[in-house]
Amino acid sequence: MSFLHPNPARLRMESAMRTTLIATGLLALANAAIAQEKPVLTVYTYDSFTADWGPGPQIEAAFEQDCGCDLKFVSAGDGAALLARLRLEGERTEADVVVGLDTNLTAAAAETGIFAPHGLDLAGFDMPVDYQDETFLPYDWGYFAFVYDVNAVPNPPKSFEDLAASDLKVVIQDPRSSTPGLGLLLWVKAAHGERAPEIWEALSDNILTVTKGWSEAYGMFLEGEADMVLSYTTSPAYHLIAEEDPSKAAAAFEDGHYLQIEVAAKVASTSQEALADQFMEFILTDAFQAVIPETNWMYPARLPGNGLPEGFETLIAPERALLYSAGEAAQVREEALEEWLTALSR
Amino acid sequence: MADRAQSLMRLWPGLIAAALVAALTLGTLLAVALRAEGWGGLSPSDWAAIRFTLLQAFVSAAISVALAVPVARALARRRFPGRGLLVTLLGAPFILPVIVAVLGLLAVFGRNGLVSLVFNWFGWPPIHIYGQHGVVLAHVFFNLPLATRLILLGWLSIPAERFRLAASLGFAARDLTRELERPMLKAVLPGAFMVIFVICTTSFAVALALGGGPRATTVELAIYQAFRFEFDLGKAALLALVQFLICAVAAGLAMWLHVPEGGGPGLDRNVERWDARRPGLILLDAAFILAAALFLLLPLSMVVASGIPGLASLGGSAAKAAMRSVAVALAAGAITVAAALALAFAVQALRGRAEKGLVEGIGYLSIAASPLVVGTGLFILLFPVLDPVSVALPVTALVNAMMCLPFALRVLVPAVERVDRQFGHLADSLSMTGYARLRHVYLPRLSAPVGFSAGLAAALSMGDLGVVALFADPEAATLPLQMYRLMAAYRMDEAAGAGLLLLTMSVALFWMFDRGGRINADA
Repeated sequence: MSFLHPNPARLRMESAMRTTLIATGLLALANAAIAQEKPVLTVYTYDSFTADWGPGPQIEAAFEQDCGCDLKFVSAGDGAALLARLRLEGERTEADVVVGLDTNLTAAAAETGIFAPHGLDLAGFDMPVDYQDETFLPYDWGYFAFVYDVNAVPNPPKSFEDLAASDLKVVIQDPRSSTPGLGLLLWVKAAHGERAPEIWEALSDNILTVTKGWSEAYGMFLEGEADMVLSYTTSPAYHLIAEEDPSKAAAAFEDGHYLQIEVAAKVASTSQEALADQFMEFILTDAFQAVIPETNWMYPARLPGNGLPEGFETLIAPERALLYSAGEAAQVREEALEEWLTALSR
Repeated sequence: MADRAQSLMRLWPGLIAAALVAALTLGTLLAVALRAEGWGGLSPSDWAAIRFTLLQAFVSAAISVALAVPVARALARRRFPGRGLLVTLLGAPFILPVIVAVLGLLAVFGRNGLVSLVFNWFGWPPIHIYGQHGVVLAHVFFNLPLATRLILLGWLSIPAERFRLAASLGFAARDLTRELERPMLKAVLPGAFMVIFVICTTSFAVALALGGGPRATTVELAIYQAFRFEFDLGKAALLALVQFLICAVAAGLAMWLHVPEGGGPGLDRNVERWDARRPGLILLDAAFILAAALFLLLPLSMVVASGIPGLASLGGSAAKAAMRSVAVALAAGAITVAAALALAFAVQALRGRAEKGLVEGIGYLSIAASPLVVGTGLFILLFPVLDPVSVALPVTALVNAMMCLPFALRVLVPAVERVDRQFGHLADSLSMTGYARLRHVYLPRLSAPVGFSAGLAAALSMGDLGVVALFADPEAATLPLQMYRLMAAYRMDEAAGAGLLLLTMSVALFWMFDRGGRINADA
């Protein structure tokens, strides 16, 4: 008969439980409110930046220590995909800061008109070229290079012409779908100018194949499919430091090496002006720069206090750095692409 | 009037599904076109890309289908231990992510691959896989399984009674071919060819990597160039339209060539093949099965072998990514089957040939869609309304489902037609309509194709299909995205481990649904 005369003890317990539940709920709401009060800084970047082993997580933790904010990464493919997304979003973008464009994209990025000057002092960079831009702030850089296995290629080529004269097989990436691919296009153009078509024609029998992206090409190289692969001078550092494998090296070319400088910029329409500025400043501090070498496997734009990690001293240091300004890069790339297509389509 | 209401009931879910597919394919194309600033024409290099696309797709589809016929025949008339498993495994290349498949193929046919290794023993130079023939080889590797499966379904659809009758009339294998198999092939082959032709037209990364350079530029790569290199949305939309037109023409030709299946219905009996007992035929079939198994399973084994070392180092984030991918795959499988059944019933309910063709044709649109344009168009459509990243996973499931729909339609539309032809009159005379008809007439007989469709959709969906790369959520990566991230960070071993995990889960999902469907059918 207990369901007709409910047990008072049980009733009390139920009421107590209800109170606890309500309290918990209220607490959760309050917590959510506190969390919401924290301003959110939205940083757009490319996908590999935000991976567990990329720079993103460490940088987020370091910045959130002082900013009293929530740093939120939003990622889109690679640098070119990132720019395409920003173009689609236009001024309505929710990005406060964009990290991950490079100097080959900045002309087009500037055209969108969505970026604002960073207002920072550009002195004290540790880069092979003098780079001045009011809007796009460099955070890391690297040289494109052909990477090989020292056991398989005892005498690496010393120039494009050397490579063309050898019977080495290389895998490169398509400039239409890949950042390093575009870098190589500009590398040959910057080094050889008018002679670029000639160089490509000479290289055509050394090019085993062309891939959509860097990953396929590098994977093919590691499987022993090709003798060399288009990558960065810093690639051997990964194998040396992370895998304790000293067998990979980058070939130093007398032609010089083309630079990739990766940049960040503040979005003009940001609703978090102060935080965005704070993040732009943070980019040049040790807390950001020291993370770069062993997560992004690039050189930091400004050397951190304790220098580069052990192992980086083994990398080649090209004597000549090649780089088109943003405007020049935008101008020459279509012509360079036509030359590339013509030479390799024969 | 009751009839009319009944046929409307069968019509509207299909029409909704068709509208949804049209919105996701043509609608997204329109969205991209409307955002374009100006319309350029096609350049000579675009025309070269179109020519190359047509040529390689034609050759790839022709070879895939031609090779699939003897393999399917062998599988149809032989029973041996492990046959079911073999049929499932043979389907695996079709569901592999492109990058994994390319590395697997190269491990066999590359400069440093198994075949070159054997050549080396004999003192021959390594084989050169890069070029037109490489593209075709890769496409046959991907599509032979699908072609085999589609043609095998055709063989299995010949009622057992016919083979009985043929045996009692003393038909030799040759007579059987002429009287039963050739008419079936005439009905099945144009469709199989068309599906594979269309799949090959949208190929990009494989064609480029194995084609050896920009000679192997396909329309999809030209779309990429327009989008990324030139940011010319008008041209991207125009090229995507060209891709639709190519596929529409191919589909039209296939329908024109299509001969409806002849002959009456059977009684759902098990097939016994008295004609195929000659030792010569047994040897021939064994050779075809063995050759196909070697060609398809060797690269897969290389994927497995290279993935094992990396499996152990995969962390919790890969496990979470895998769970997300399974959730997306199951959702996609369910949506695909629901939409395909709805479309199949609608096609069945419609009377006119043109109307049937139109509704079914819309269902096939997604196969010709450029993933990049669909993704971009969706982004343009969603961005003003909500944060695209917040709906990344549901959108992935929906788009994946739509991309898998054509394969489901390919098997479900003829299956529904067949069931209706065989049992429609009986059901009508018993006044079985609505749910009762679905439950007692269709579903028991459709469980095999439904299981196959759900399995294929789930398995394909595990591979992500690359549509939503533009708004992937960094906090909620799917397994393929995680694999690409590992690769992009030099972690090739772990990436190979993730690839193996992906392959295993895809095959397992496919097997569960496909097997489940067939167990029900046997009961």
